[in-house]
Amino acid sequence: MSKAKVATIWLDGCSGCHMSFLDLDERLIELSEKMDLVYSPLVDFKEFPEDVDVTLVEGSVSNEGDLHKILQVRERSRILVSLGDCAVTGNVPGMRNAIGVEPLFTRAYNQNVTLHPQKPHGAVPALLDTVKPVHQVVPVDVIVAGCPPSASTIYYVVSELLAGRLPELETHTRFGA
Amino acid sequence: MPETLTSSEVVTLTINGQEVSARTDETIMEVAEEQGIRIPALCHISGLSDIGACRLCVVEIQGSPKLQPACVTRVSEGMTVSTHTDRLRAHRRTIVEMLFAERNHVCSVCVSNGHCDLQNLAVECGMQEVTLPYLAPKLQVDASHKRFVMDPNRCVMCTRCVRVCDEIEGAHTWDIMGRGVDSRVITDLGKPWGESDTCTSCGKCVQVCPTGALFEKGVSVAEMTKRRQFLPYLKTMREVPK
Ligand code: SF4
Ligand code: SF4
Ligand code: SF4
Ligand code: FES
Repeated sequence: MSKAKVATIWLDGCSGCHMSFLDLDERLIELSEKMDLVYSPLVDFKEFPEDVDVTLVEGSVSNEGDLHKILQVRERSRILVSLGDCAVTGNVPGMRNAIGVEPLFTRAYNQNVTLHPQKPHGAVPALLDTVKPVHQVVPVDVIVAGCPPSASTIYYVVSELLAGRLPELETHTRFGA
Repeated sequence: MPETLTSSEVVTLTINGQEVSARTDETIMEVAEEQGIRIPALCHISGLSDIGACRLCVVEIQGSPKLQPACVTRVSEGMTVSTHTDRLRAHRRTIVEMLFAERNHVCSVCVSNGHCDLQNLAVECGMQEVTLPYLAPKLQVDASHKRFVMDPNRCVMCTRCVRVCDEIEGAHTWDIMGRGVDSRVITDLGKPWGESDTCTSCGKCVQVCPTGALFEKGVSVAEMTKRRQFLPYLKTMREVPK
């Protein structure tokens, strides 16, 4: 049997969900017998492959780069998993939604700066007006709340998906923890 | 003995296919609680008057086209009640979604994380994600009180604070201002809480508040646990026959 192709991507989040994934420890070895990690901030592939079986998404959609990535990733993934509160609710990145982009820039890059106050530009992707949870941008197949979801929760989700089942998470996860 | 004490009679009704007897002065919510049937609720808290505001407790009553809030609907003879149909589940889920979408709930950094009635309701009602657009209103926290904080970002407008302050403490510091999505709880006609002339700093509102909207100063993320034991105690003591 050929191994399942699994990917993870990191949008606007703190990397905590990826850390939680690494917390699987020796269970990662067990999983690696059934899957290949074909794209991830944890491995060194530059291009998101064409046909991925399962993609775990950490983080909310906050800038044009995130938007570009999530559209492509959705197209190339059979199962898309929203992993963690930033992906599921907007969470802490979304706290800027009540403030607005312009006042935010003024506060961060003018009021607190003495040398060359200026807005970020050039290679930095522009911020979107509102931070959105992933499912409000593209369809999502599995929702995994938690900040971050525990290693055991992630293990359960990935194992179920590799076994060809959709995980039942309704009562196992909640926002925040 | 006043006449009113004998005015309730015993009736038989059916809840989820199970026959139960109850007094006509009881609500569907109270009878369900006695039977160990949990109906999701938010504005209802045992010990305060019921106002039927949140609509999470709606149930189906055979023969009635409208859904009825269990916390303010009295039982009657032959009533047939369903508390957990697919239709009710869908309505409850939508209500919880609206509560999350209306203000700014960021559980991971909230004082009530892990001890919050709204968070628990999301799990109970199977609300895994909010499909409605978040409104993200800009709201000012009131930290003017020397011991307590009011954070409207987490308020669900259940008015438990208003009722406990009025009905139990007798201060009536809290009230409601505005309508619909713009309504807010306020202290002393909109003065900062710390400048209130009526507040006795008893803390009852903080304890009955279901969310992280009212909390004690000095607590950090996930540290605010509410102590509500006083409410059933006070209620029982007041019900002792004169
Ligand atoms: S009040 Fe409850 S639901 Fe709202 S952010 Fe705090 S813990 Fe989450
Ligand atoms: S602390 Fe007591 S008196 Fe003050 S607002 Fe709350 S319930 Fe009312
Ligand atoms: S402050 Fe708390 S108790 Fe008062 S209405 Fe808001 S959520 Fe309810
Ligand atoms: S609990 Fe009945 S309407 Fe809120």
